[in-house]
Amino acid sequence: MIEAIITLTTLGMLLGLLLGIAAKRFKVEKDPLVEEIEALLPGSNCGQCGLAGCAIGAQAIVDGKAPITLCPPGGKALVRQLADKLKVDVDMSSLADKPPAFARVREEHCIGCTRCFKVCPTDAIIGAPKQIHSVLLNACNGCGSCAEVCPTSCVEIDPVKPTLGTWCWPKPVSAEHSSR
Amino acid sequence: MWSEALRRVWRRAVPTAHPKTWHFPGGLILPDRKALSTHTPLQSTPLSTHLYLPLRQHIGAAATPVVTMGDYVYREQLLARCEDPLGAHLHAPTSGWIEGQVEMAVPHPSGLRAPGLILQADGLHQRTPSPLLPIENPFNQPNARLRERMREAGIVGLGGAGFPTDRKNHPPEGLVIDTLIVNGAECEPYISCDDLLMRTQPEAILQGARLIRHLLGAARILVGIEDNKPQALAAMHQARTQWPTEHIDIITIPTRYPAGGERQLIYTLTGRMVPSGRLPAHSGVGCHNVGTLAAIAQAVYAGQPLISRIVTVSGHGVRQPGNFQVAIGTPVSALIAAAGGYRERAPRLIQGGPMMGFALAHDQLPIIKTSNCILVPGKEELGHPRPAQACIRCGACQPVCPAQLLPQQLYWFAKAQDFAALEDYHLFDCIECGCCAYVCPSHIPLVQYYRFAKHSIRTQQQERRSAAEARQRYEHRQQRLQREAQLKAQRRAKRKTPTPKPSPPASKASDNAHSDAH
Repeated sequence: MIEAIITLTTLGMLLGLLLGIAAKRFKVEKDPLVEEIEALLPGSNCGQCGLAGCAIGAQAIVDGKAPITLCPPGGKALVRQLADKLKVDVDMSSLADKPPAFARVREEHCIGCTRCFKVCPTDAIIGAPKQIHSVLLNACNGCGSCAEVCPTSCVEIDPVKPTLGTWCWPKPVSAEHSSR
Repeated sequence: MWSEALRRVWRRAVPTAHPKTWHFPGGLILPDRKALSTHTPLQSTPLSTHLYLPLRQHIGAAATPVVTMGDYVYREQLLARCEDPLGAHLHAPTSGWIEGQVEMAVPHPSGLRAPGLILQADGLHQRTPSPLLPIENPFNQPNARLRERMREAGIVGLGGAGFPTDRKNHPPEGLVIDTLIVNGAECEPYISCDDLLMRTQPEAILQGARLIRHLLGAARILVGIEDNKPQALAAMHQARTQWPTEHIDIITIPTRYPAGGERQLIYTLTGRMVPSGRLPAHSGVGCHNVGTLAAIAQAVYAGQPLISRIVTVSGHGVRQPGNFQVAIGTPVSALIAAAGGYRERAPRLIQGGPMMGFALAHDQLPIIKTSNCILVPGKEELGHPRPAQACIRCGACQPVCPAQLLPQQLYWFAKAQDFAALEDYHLFDCIECGCCAYVCPSHIPLVQYYRFAKHSIRTQQQERRSAAEARQRYEHRQQRLQREAQLKAQRRAKRKTPTPKPSPPASKASDNAHSDAH
């Protein structure tokens, strides 16, 4: 009995010491919180927050230089996740939940200027000079950068229509509310 | 009611030669409503003038049409081809002209419209000159050939899920399957299409089962049939005598909802619990609905693709309930007309059973491959949907859950949209049988909460996947821009050395700078 206690105590102390040394010796320089937040962000580096990309945006959130509502494509869902992660309260009422959308080129107005596909962060627009451009729907994340640069305003951001494959069951009306 | 009780006592008192069955957890004994539709023999429906054929009658992506407007098509001709392994091909249920591809109303809980083909039937029912040929000696054919035939014939699981059968019979490498389970339980009240199929085509079912057993390399076939279908049991026992030396067991199982759930039936017949998040194949079992097996036998031995199915029309709201052999694409209204029409103004129209079915908005919707029942309840038949009240934490939902989950916990988490907790509590093991909602004294639509949560989680996962893809595309783009800039710099340097004069065009440089900064 006593041997077991002594063995386990020694073992515990030794391992504790080892862990302590390892924690000092192999300390991670980068803030893991930044990485976690970067993983939450959409990751397309669209630049709508005014910063140069999602990694920098994540750093700014952690440093407190940017509000957690900075990311327009992330919408309400992202703000909620960020608020949970950072344990902060945020007023969601002012935020509009942006439905998922994609860009669409109106062919009749496209002049083939190539500006839109040069700014697309995910290379989702194909085309060539003086040719009508087209959007690859699977790659487009609806960030809207292309619509801003289009000289003829022919890029439209359309909401994604639900199909049988993407349709979701709605949340039932809350039980407590309907009972009163 | 008395006969039922007596039968139970009899079975308990006299141990027969029945193979052992196991008692799955949870479940409910529901009032039996099958007699409503089983007293009439299987009927055929008159062919309607127009058939509506949605391109997506399975899980997976929609099929792509191979015919266009104005084409004349023969019965069994291929109409749409699906390259998605989770999808299935679509064939013409009869001969006629293709009127075109439109966005049509389809039977789906969302009520959304989806693309489909309209076929104007010419009533001649001409078979295509180049049909699928019967497979000679199917037991000597390679497995791939049999799977290919299921794919060619557009067969999906007819029990309701619509999973392509060729895919289901392609278990992951390295798994040994020793048992094929034939699902003839049909546990939902009202539905009796499998019952009628077992009565009328027991040989086809067993032939299909023997093919699948061969394909999976299984040793035995266990057919599970609930004890409320004595005629189907007798017919299956009779058909079974054709293969006296083979290990085929027709097993009577107690009537208890949801005995026809895949996992529940596997446990009832073999005592094996399929682990959470795993396939039945991981427990050495393959499981198929009787309708699917009959369709497989037809595809292999007769070369007939899946172009019709048996549908139950039941409920007190219809004059002559019964079972009907229906061409895929027949409008529900035509089917109800064949069943004598509505008795009164129907308050509701349900596809599937009262427990797991969903409401249809109107009857101008087609019968698709996965439609097993059209239920027209009378005014007071299913009761009025009562308003949900607050959860009183009684816990009645827990003991009835056949998946052994904690429905109340899941309800709180789904309500709070705590998706991580839901996954920890095995939400995805929920089979949406509705037992919890059935017993809930507060009438909380529990299954709706679970469906909502499941879909939200799947959407989130999809979003995460597309975000990862977007990130990848962005990184590739950055690399490409860097490479281009380097090449440009090199070229500039090269040009500068022999002739120091020319300078690069200003506009290009500014464009480049713009996208680089971005």
